[in-house]
Amino acid sequence: MKSILKAAAFGIAALGLTVGAASAQGVLQKVKERGQVICGTGLGIAGFGMPDEKGVWKGIDIDYCRAIAAAILNDPMKVKTVSLTAKDRFTALQSGEIDVLIRTTTWTMSRDTSLGLNFAGINYYDGQGFMVRKSMNIKSALELNGASVCTQQGTTTELNLADYFRANKMKYEVVAFVTNDETIKAYEAGRCDVFTTDASGLFAERLKFAKPDDHMILPEIISKEPLAASVRHGDDQWFDLVKWVHYAMLNAEELGVTQANVDQMLKSDNPEIKRLLGTEGKFGEMIGVSNDWVVRIVKNVGNYGEVFERNVGMGSPLKIERGKNNLWTKGGLQYAPPIR
Amino acid sequence: MTTEADRGAPRVSPLYDPKVRGIAYQVVLALVIVFVVYEAATNAIENLRAAKIASGFGFWTVEAGFDINQKLIPFSSTGGSTYGDAFLVGLLNTLIVAAFGIVLATILGFVIGIARLSKNWIIAKLSMVYVEVIRNTPLLLQLLFWYNAVLKPLPDPRNSVSLFGAIFLNNRGVVMPTPIAGPNFDWTWIATLVAIVVWIVLSYVARKQQAATGKRFPANLIGFALFIFLPLIAFWAAGGPLTFEYPKQSRFNLTGGMQIYPEFVALLLGLTIYTAAFIAENVRAGILAVSKGQSEAAHALGLSNGQTLRLIVVPQAMRVIIPPLTSQYLNLTKNSSLAVAIGYPDLVQVFTGTVLNQTGQAVEVIAITMLVYLTISLTTSFFMNIYNSRMALVER
Repeated sequence: MKSILKAAAFGIAALGLTVGAASAQGVLQKVKERGQVICGTGLGIAGFGMPDEKGVWKGIDIDYCRAIAAAILNDPMKVKTVSLTAKDRFTALQSGEIDVLIRTTTWTMSRDTSLGLNFAGINYYDGQGFMVRKSMNIKSALELNGASVCTQQGTTTELNLADYFRANKMKYEVVAFVTNDETIKAYEAGRCDVFTTDASGLFAERLKFAKPDDHMILPEIISKEPLAASVRHGDDQWFDLVKWVHYAMLNAEELGVTQANVDQMLKSDNPEIKRLLGTEGKFGEMIGVSNDWVVRIVKNVGNYGEVFERNVGMGSPLKIERGKNNLWTKGGLQYAPPIR
Repeated sequence: MTTEADRGAPRVSPLYDPKVRGIAYQVVLALVIVFVVYEAATNAIENLRAAKIASGFGFWTVEAGFDINQKLIPFSSTGGSTYGDAFLVGLLNTLIVAAFGIVLATILGFVIGIARLSKNWIIAKLSMVYVEVIRNTPLLLQLLFWYNAVLKPLPDPRNSVSLFGAIFLNNRGVVMPTPIAGPNFDWTWIATLVAIVVWIVLSYVARKQQAATGKRFPANLIGFALFIFLPLIAFWAAGGPLTFEYPKQSRFNLTGGMQIYPEFVALLLGLTIYTAAFIAENVRAGILAVSKGQSEAAHALGLSNGQTLRLIVVPQAMRVIIPPLTSQYLNLTKNSSLAVAIGYPDLVQVFTGTVLNQTGQAVEVIAITMLVYLTISLTTSFFMNIYNSRMALVER
């Protein structure tokens, strides 16, 4: 009798939960109430998202999360990071465990459509590369016929790898691991001849090796890996906000607004800067935050260029060139629609 | 005229009838369960549709586009293999490691369990240390240990350790020549089959004869000899129709031949050694459960130590051992999903890993996986229950 009642109570409680999940409330509203942005991040990739010696997360992806928090809550530290493996990340976003996924995630058509995600601005243009031991004396990825390749599962990398070897009629053996660390360890232990991931990841991981100079990155870049933040389908307000935080940081760089000069820039007569910093127009309100949202972003996090240089560029151990990630005005691909 | 006795039991309102009440409660509970399941399912479907996430099982026949190293059926991104094929590859990998693991863990477990009861102090204490150390450390840790233990000391493929110039050992695993059956090889299989049938018939006849006359006939010895020699004779008579494809050294790896991957070896080692410790304890408990008088009586009848163990103690101990042994088999099978940690492509690694991630259909993939483990577990317990009922004490 008691157990029946218990079961019934449990059943009703479970019902309540499922019904509760169905009633939709905007993510922005939830973030404001919670006072925190929950971001899905990786388990630790230098330059993109990794805790420093004090345990504070640092990286481009983390700075994007902080920029969102600064725009909404005026405090870049009001973020909670949830570390996700490559294979768990989409489930975490789909199920609402995180607000936004910023985790070196490649924008692809199937993810954009059938996985139920919306990609909000490409914060890093990347491509897949290969790392091998220098002692192997390999000059090109086309010499990799018959090699064993270590990679992380649940990534575009796994698919591009299959495509590349198929297109070039080469054989290979794949060994797939859940986390990047396991993949790297297996490569270092000699389980594989080749380690493959996004080129930025290769540079970042090589820094962790005992002898980085024993390894080299092959010249071929075999895929397009536009890394972007993503949100769930069905909440356009939140999608707009995440997207425009990215564009604001690009526009800030283009207009020369930096962390150092943002206060002087508030007095600027340039109408574009006035609209960007909210001294003219009501652009913040359009995405559900106050009009000085970009001032908060730039003051707390910086513009795109500053974020890039600090985390992966010349101001970081990675020393990656801007290249494709430069502004369109400087020969790169980063191009933001205007704020008007 | 009716008396009290004719009327039978006193009439009770159905409201207070425990039988009616019981049924009513069960119906209500069943309805609640059906309702909850229905509500959860429709809710999930509704939410998936609202978020425009693909659902259904259409992904099963879509090309997978990735590769898996260890596969028992053909699978490649080149051949247009589907997510359904990936599921089968993963399932077979789970089953093969579970099957090998169960056999090896049983053998090792019985040896250790009996050794723990040995009169030899060193053997008994060594087994005790084995059981306590293995049983009390996490399996995941042991798997990582074995994976590194397998990988680290072995040379790279360019410096393979070679046995007889045919079997090669390196940190990519063991590479052996692939046997290729010639046209008349079927005769060897037929001879094997004949030998097995003869063996079964022989042991049946021998048992009958012993029961009737008390005379013993070495049926197992003869059967075993037949099992070994009959196929060999058939093979020789057919002109040895078997060739080997030898592994060849290429720039990176040995190509050709059969390969046993280090991930498989590490997982098998880990699962076997871990589960054997538990089985050893079950075996020890089972043997201790047979009262001392049984072996004393057997010795008094002139049976040797081995005979006592084989004919008197073990059959009785089996009754105690089998039920917990079944749980250990189920544990081993389920624990094989820890393969994820060392990159062995089992069902969980391939299907709930890569396939789930590429298709994004978590609900379907997890549901299928749960169903598969449930089916494997129920099938295992079904067969173990049959075995158990055969071994159980027949009460008359």
